[in-house]
Amino acid sequence: MMTTGADTIRIDGEEIPFTPGQTIMDAALAAGIYIPHLCHYPGLPPSGNCRLCVVEAGNRSVAACITAAAAGQEIRNDTPALNAARTAITQMLFVEGNHICPSCEKTGNCKLQAMAYHLGMLDDHFAQFYPHRELDASHPGILLDRSRCILCDLCVRASRDIDKKNVFAIAGRGTDAHLVVNTPSGKLADSTLAVTDLAATICPVGAILIKEKGFEVPIGQRIYDRQTIRETGLQEHVERKNGD
Amino acid sequence: MCCLYRFGSNPAILAGMMNRSNPLAHEHLLHRLHAIQQQFRHIPPHAMQQAASEFNIPLSQVAAVVAFYSFFSTQPRGRFDILFSNCTSCGYLSGEQDLLRMLCQRLQVTPGKTRADGLVSIGETSCIGMCDQGASLLVNGVPVTGLNADKIAQMVQLVTDGTPIQQWPAAWFETSDTVHRRDLLLTNRLTSGSALRKALLQGSDQTLTVIQQSGLRGRGGAGFDTGKKWQFCRAAPGSARYVVCNADEGEPGTFKDRLLLREYAGTLFEGMALCAFVIGAEKGFVYLRGEYRYLLPHLQIRLDQHREQGLLGKHILGQADFDFDIDIVVGAGAYICGEESALIESLEGKPGIPRIRPPFPVTHGYLGQPTVVNNVETFIAAAHITVHGSAWFKAAGSSTSAGSKILSVSGDCGKPGIYEYPFGVTIRQVLDDCGATDVQAVQIGGPAGTLLSPAEFGRVIAFDDTATGGSLLVFGQQRDLLAIHRNFAHFFAHESCGFCTPCRVGTQLLKNTLNNITDGRGTATDIGELQQLGRIVQHQSHCGLGHTAANHVLDGLQKFPHTFSRRLQPQFTARFDLDQALASARQVTHRDDAAAHLDNE
Repeated sequence: MMTTGADTIRIDGEEIPFTPGQTIMDAALAAGIYIPHLCHYPGLPPSGNCRLCVVEAGNRSVAACITAAAAGQEIRNDTPALNAARTAITQMLFVEGNHICPSCEKTGNCKLQAMAYHLGMLDDHFAQFYPHRELDASHPGILLDRSRCILCDLCVRASRDIDKKNVFAIAGRGTDAHLVVNTPSGKLADSTLAVTDLAATICPVGAILIKEKGFEVPIGQRIYDRQTIRETGLQEHVERKNGD
Repeated sequence: MCCLYRFGSNPAILAGMMNRSNPLAHEHLLHRLHAIQQQFRHIPPHAMQQAASEFNIPLSQVAAVVAFYSFFSTQPRGRFDILFSNCTSCGYLSGEQDLLRMLCQRLQVTPGKTRADGLVSIGETSCIGMCDQGASLLVNGVPVTGLNADKIAQMVQLVTDGTPIQQWPAAWFETSDTVHRRDLLLTNRLTSGSALRKALLQGSDQTLTVIQQSGLRGRGGAGFDTGKKWQFCRAAPGSARYVVCNADEGEPGTFKDRLLLREYAGTLFEGMALCAFVIGAEKGFVYLRGEYRYLLPHLQIRLDQHREQGLLGKHILGQADFDFDIDIVVGAGAYICGEESALIESLEGKPGIPRIRPPFPVTHGYLGQPTVVNNVETFIAAAHITVHGSAWFKAAGSSTSAGSKILSVSGDCGKPGIYEYPFGVTIRQVLDDCGATDVQAVQIGGPAGTLLSPAEFGRVIAFDDTATGGSLLVFGQQRDLLAIHRNFAHFFAHESCGFCTPCRVGTQLLKNTLNNITDGRGTATDIGELQQLGRIVQHQSHCGLGHTAANHVLDGLQKFPHTFSRRLQPQFTARFDLDQALASARQVTHRDDAAAHLDNE
């Protein structure tokens, strides 16, 4: 049994507190330690799909967002090897979809792009997949471009757990996995999704875009023009509605 | 914890799916969708909506399930729906002949597409567990084995004439299980009911103690201590407990469960009932892989016989407080469902996406309740241990691995089939017994396992050496190992569930890189690339599929580097094929003449 540090873990040598039930990610963010992540958003149930937050706990590789903090854990996070793996995973996300940064409305507000900058990613490295994925412009206020989707599942969870609308799901296997809309037509226009829903705005990339807002903020004055994804990642949190 | 899963588990809804008082009694979403697929040869949108309302689940969940499982389709398949196995042992490459292409050419079908008249569709599917029966396929879900050019020619005629498969030669559908070596489990049959009677006599505590003392470990390959699993499940708080048999043997090269389900189903059901007795479960499931659907009628008969004998159902063997019954749920083509938490998701009528673990199924399994998931062979071993005692079991095998292991041996050997050995047997012994000479390599544990070179044939089959769920593939000197790697890489890319980035994209990249090398466009940098990719897929992935998907490449690079290096180009070579890159332009312009091609010379 641990007699010292009963409620602490160490990340890259730094001892930080945790409360029972917290994940490694929860404890790290609360202590101001950034572990890179794309599919995690504090306040939403974690998923563990992007794998950017994989850290080494002892001799195991675990995703920080879905692994419980446990007394005395020795965690390595900011290491060259882990950051190289994160860069490769980010490159995988880039080549798997059609990410058109220079012409994408999301540029400057995009977490995938910001992550690439954060990790010092200089190229795609892998050959592009150039997938053909369906675009859905049916909704009057919201555009769904699946070719820019990174399958992070955030809109699925936001819609199900916060908006209580269950508009989205992910269907298909392997690289055929894709976002589906929970309507008989499969079209967004027939869903109850509203521009004010969390699911409509939580997309980290340019897959779900609010129409007619794309260039309200000029390039150069956007989120990641002003701060790094590390700073955003340490601040953001979903407020639950109606005391959920 | 249900919010952690991709689809929220609503126990009330899910319980309704299996509820016998429900008008849809005996129905499971996968079974309902199978019936729709049979009826319409695909699952049309209106049927999805109907299923969603019948099961009171979101339409998106039905759509996700349909998209996830290989045997469901949203586009009509042919009246003759033919799926060739693409396994290295029971696959369509028979010697120099490509039987799939042969059938496609003669029937004028594009692989993966349905012929315009709707008569026939031809595609490929992952290993169908017929590795000791020669090249094999499924026609409308039923296996045809021992394929050759003659059979293909006859099949062309049968399909063209529209002859129903019931009138195809009966011999085509016969498979014989050849057991070449028997040991603890396959030598003597247990008398029906003997294990349960012994258990009832000695009580559940003692029954568990005997299992624990036997040293029995899970036969699926991971080797978790069975007694511990049962004990954890028994001790976990819950409103109900479940016993699940994993009969989803999908590891290419594995077919031992085919024998066990056909010949020893009674012992399996008894092993499951024993587990129910120990942990206090009233409900059990056999999750049968879709490729083995043809065994379903036989298994249902065996279940009924067990009920008649008082070995299943209410008041088992007259015990007032011992009720336990078993349902069979048939999968629909997804290797990942062999992973226990993905299997449970599938049981709950969802895509087989592995759950976040912990919590483990022993505490949070089916419907969030404590659940034991064991392999077919494990339950059968448990029944034998209960009858014969732990000492009998421990007397066989090695110090870390008690008892025996049933192997499925196939590939380049004289006597493919089933072999049961005590743990600790050397690879060399197995190769000698199965008539394998001039062996280049052995893949043990399937594509997810370990590639062994001849220098390692002194290694033994045991949990602390070469662990295996039962697959042993033999590759002779004439085999091109690169083609094997390419086959395995295609398998994982096809079977990756798509949940996590490194596995979803990484398995594709491994596949593409191996394709490049095979096609003569690989360069020295690709070796480092494969190593780096392999390590990322291995370490960063979510579940066991990803953790093991690159093993074969990493093993191959280390043990057989020549396999890869001799195919590399010494000079600069473009990663992509320029002429191939123009294919879409040719398609658009309806041109395929010489001038529309680049000169590749």
